Amino acid sequence: MTKQTKHNDNVVRMEDHTSIPQRLEEHIVEIVSDSGEGAQKCGQTFGAVSGKMGNGVWTVEIIPAEIQPPARSPAGASGIRIRLGSKQVSNMGNEADLVVAFNEQVLFSRIANGAYKKGTIVLLENKWASDPQEKIREQYAAAVKEFQHHGLTVYELPMEEECLKLVSNPRRGKNMFVLGMICNIYSRDTELAKKEIASTFARKGEKVIQANHDLFDAGYSFAAEQVQYHWEIPPQDTGHSRPMMISNGNQAVGLGVMAAGMELVSMYPITPATSATHYIADVFDGVGGFVHQAEDEIAAIGFALGASFAGKTACTITSGPGMALKTEMIGLAVMAEIPLVIVDVQRGGPSTGLPTKVEQADLLASLYGAPGDAPKVIIAPATIEECFHYVILARQLAETFRIPVIVLTDANLATGVQPYPRPELKEEWLGSPVDQSPWDSEVPAYDWNEETGLSQRPIPGQRGGEYVLTGLAHTSRSKVAYDSDTNQRSMEYRSRKLAALHKTLKRPKVNGDATGDLLVVGWGSSRGAIEEAVEILRSEGKQVSSLHLHFLSPLEPGLPEIFSGFKKVMTVEINYSDRADDPLITPENRRYAQLAMVLRAQTLVDVDCWSVVYGHPLQPGMLHDAISNKLNALNN
Amino acid sequence: MFGLKADWSLDVFERYFTLGNYAGGEARWCPGCGDFAVLNTVHRILRDAQLPPEQTVAVSGIGCSSRLPHYMGTYGFHGLHGRALPLANGIKARRPDLDVWVATGDGDCFSIGAGHWIHALRYNIDMVVLVFDNAIYGLTKKQTSPTSPTGMTTNTHPQGAPLPALNPLTVTLGVSNISFVAQVMDWNPPMLYQTIKAAHQHKGTSFVRIIQRCPVFSESFCKPLQEDTSQVLLLHHADGIPVDDNVKRVFENQREHDPSDWLGAMEIAHDTRQIPMGLLYRNPDAVVYDDISSQGLNKTNAEKLTAINAALDKFAV
Repeated sequence: MTKQTKHNDNVVRMEDHTSIPQRLEEHIVEIVSDSGEGAQKCGQTFGAVSGKMGNGVWTVEIIPAEIQPPARSPAGASGIRIRLGSKQVSNMGNEADLVVAFNEQVLFSRIANGAYKKGTIVLLENKWASDPQEKIREQYAAAVKEFQHHGLTVYELPMEEECLKLVSNPRRGKNMFVLGMICNIYSRDTELAKKEIASTFARKGEKVIQANHDLFDAGYSFAAEQVQYHWEIPPQDTGHSRPMMISNGNQAVGLGVMAAGMELVSMYPITPATSATHYIADVFDGVGGFVHQAEDEIAAIGFALGASFAGKTACTITSGPGMALKTEMIGLAVMAEIPLVIVDVQRGGPSTGLPTKVEQADLLASLYGAPGDAPKVIIAPATIEECFHYVILARQLAETFRIPVIVLTDANLATGVQPYPRPELKEEWLGSPVDQSPWDSEVPAYDWNEETGLSQRPIPGQRGGEYVLTGLAHTSRSKVAYDSDTNQRSMEYRSRKLAALHKTLKRPKVNGDATGDLLVVGWGSSRGAIEEAVEILRSEGKQVSSLHLHFLSPLEPGLPEIFSGFKKVMTVEINYSDRADDPLITPENRRYAQLAMVLRAQTLVDVDCWSVVYGHPLQPGMLHDAISNKLNALNN
Repeated sequence: MFGLKADWSLDVFERYFTLGNYAGGEARWCPGCGDFAVLNTVHRILRDAQLPPEQTVAVSGIGCSSRLPHYMGTYGFHGLHGRALPLANGIKARRPDLDVWVATGDGDCFSIGAGHWIHALRYNIDMVVLVFDNAIYGLTKKQTSPTSPTGMTTNTHPQGAPLPALNPLTVTLGVSNISFVAQVMDWNPPMLYQTIKAAHQHKGTSFVRIIQRCPVFSESFCKPLQEDTSQVLLLHHADGIPVDDNVKRVFENQREHDPSDWLGAMEIAHDTRQIPMGLLYRNPDAVVYDDISSQGLNKTNAEKLTAINAALDKFAV
């Protein structure tokens, strides 16, 4: 076995290694550095390689709070977490098992976030121990002591020194060295890794690729010789033979935009939505599409609405503050029944809030943000795979129901990376070309069906269909309406479209038994964490099930009946709610989480909620504790 | 012989459009409003160009001017306050076959929609932008607008508008990639017709500021110009807007101005002692954004599916 020698007081240093990898079910790895040192690229590549090897993978980016934080500061922690397993991985998990840190200071913010546990292995850059500045040497020594106090297992390694043998500026390239290290530790396929590196640096030429391959090889051999841990995480059995792909949620949205036959993406830069457009802009030429970067959020949706009015399928992609600015245009789309897809990659609010962090707090704004009654469709994908399919679904719903459709994703889905079955494209997803055949001028522009409120719309260019679209109250012929009856009836028709859609929806499936003590209801990206927590609780004999909603407007059918099978129903969400036992809080003034509020209003069931706004995705461990507490309270 | 088809004349006459084909609902502006003149001129230009009504889209924001689409027999989009330009730009972006017109006002374009105004000029998407400038908010009953002259009494400034009026011409000329700037008065039918016609023929965003009478709320804005023609500077040039002799006889102040001369245009626009009428600037070589945004329209489904499959393959495990 490994022989370890003492170094720097209590820090262990590895000098030997084992050669047979130990098998693991799953592991959580973090790479943390100062901003700009490439930890994210390193982790993304590691995640991609693992996904391609057939592992379940979920990655979460660790994003610093500032644009250029000072070096070696806790606030500057930049990096990535990769959870990989033999089974499908649906969330970021709990505490990390292994961390590679480029300096000791960045670890403090991770410790404060509860990211590590007793026994978490830290592979720490040791150059700071011999830094010319005494202050840094002292900080380093103190930090290492503190880490040990927290129960972390720290290994100090001369990573930079090793890189310096190959490159003059280790700030550029240490990440590839570290990639080599973790690929060795987790027995990754080096050919796959090198292919990924080559494609990352493809535009920079052969010389750069070779330099990065050399760094990778050096890291790989370094770990083989210097690190005692060698693990293997066998690939998952997907239970099907369909080919898999791996991407983040914003890329999946981008692919969905193309597969939905959209021709125009009109946007204004906003975190964390913009990377979806970066991806689309890179490949949109292939389908003849066009990205319009508008002068502001209002113009972005206006441009898309104009294109849609003219028969072209368009979407706009934004985040909370952008949604707020688009509100009036969304109301216009509802009023004038213009199909439009709006993707809202939710982040922390209110106001500028937490731009890079996750929240699910735009549900009520999406539902009720517009003045007047503005019924619209709201759907929320729960996985990265669904990010792809829901954009296509949204386009179809928007056109069939002549209505704006809001797709609520979030920062967790946007940057999370997960393998999923590769979609098999269907030509019908692309939609039909613009209809330019003559329009029967006897048929009004809003030929509302009495029962469903649905109607066909004339498109400019269709002879005989000429009408003036207006945001004013209007008759079926789109004439400005001055009479009370027309306004009442047209409101009814626009609302009834949601009832018509509701009729077509399937009753959602309960995860677990149909009866029990507690039903946990979630929506959006938290599905994986909720189901993992519920699974653990059920294995502990708890009578708990979960339900995940994908349609939020209209709601999926059968909810009151499903809820009646449980003693209590509780939503779990990433948005703010008062806790029942908070100071001053009474049942009369308690503010509930957003889905809970909607469910209470719609079902008249006394739905409870548990929600937090920590700015990071929900973790199964914390949910396990929260749900346990609720169950204990119920059964006592 | 002569390559004529026997049914040629039938084709033409089946689709001959009269003014009535371009007219929509009965226009409901105040008696004496300058908007009637603009509406009738637009109808005449469309009739003279024989453009199919179904290929024409009139887009507007909110305000008196923005009622115009309702009085057209074409397609129309009566949008939101200040937002006519992004809507119109989006309509044209992927439908180069459509003929797009924008009707907007001084409040709609220069105030709430000012951001879009600047950027739409820079995009230079092929459309006609008619700004009905009566220096007042009419629909909401006499509030100060960005172009209200200093001292004009309004319901929001009963003691008189405190600030110098915004100069839409210098602002417009100052935008990079600007391609067409003209100014005209609603009460001069020949110039109104020729100016809007030239705007329509220009490829790019043709900005026409129409100084427009509001006899109800801002009579003081136009009346001096109507009564004292020496306050108007008539611009003419062989490359400019054709000016007929009857018009030339009316205006004592005239200037030959080459519309390709940007500095000269800026100088004319900047001198507020005389109000120019005619074409200030035209640049046929400006970048036209819809030439770029409409690329790829002819992709077939097969080509699209190939491209999407290739994109998916890059993520393949």
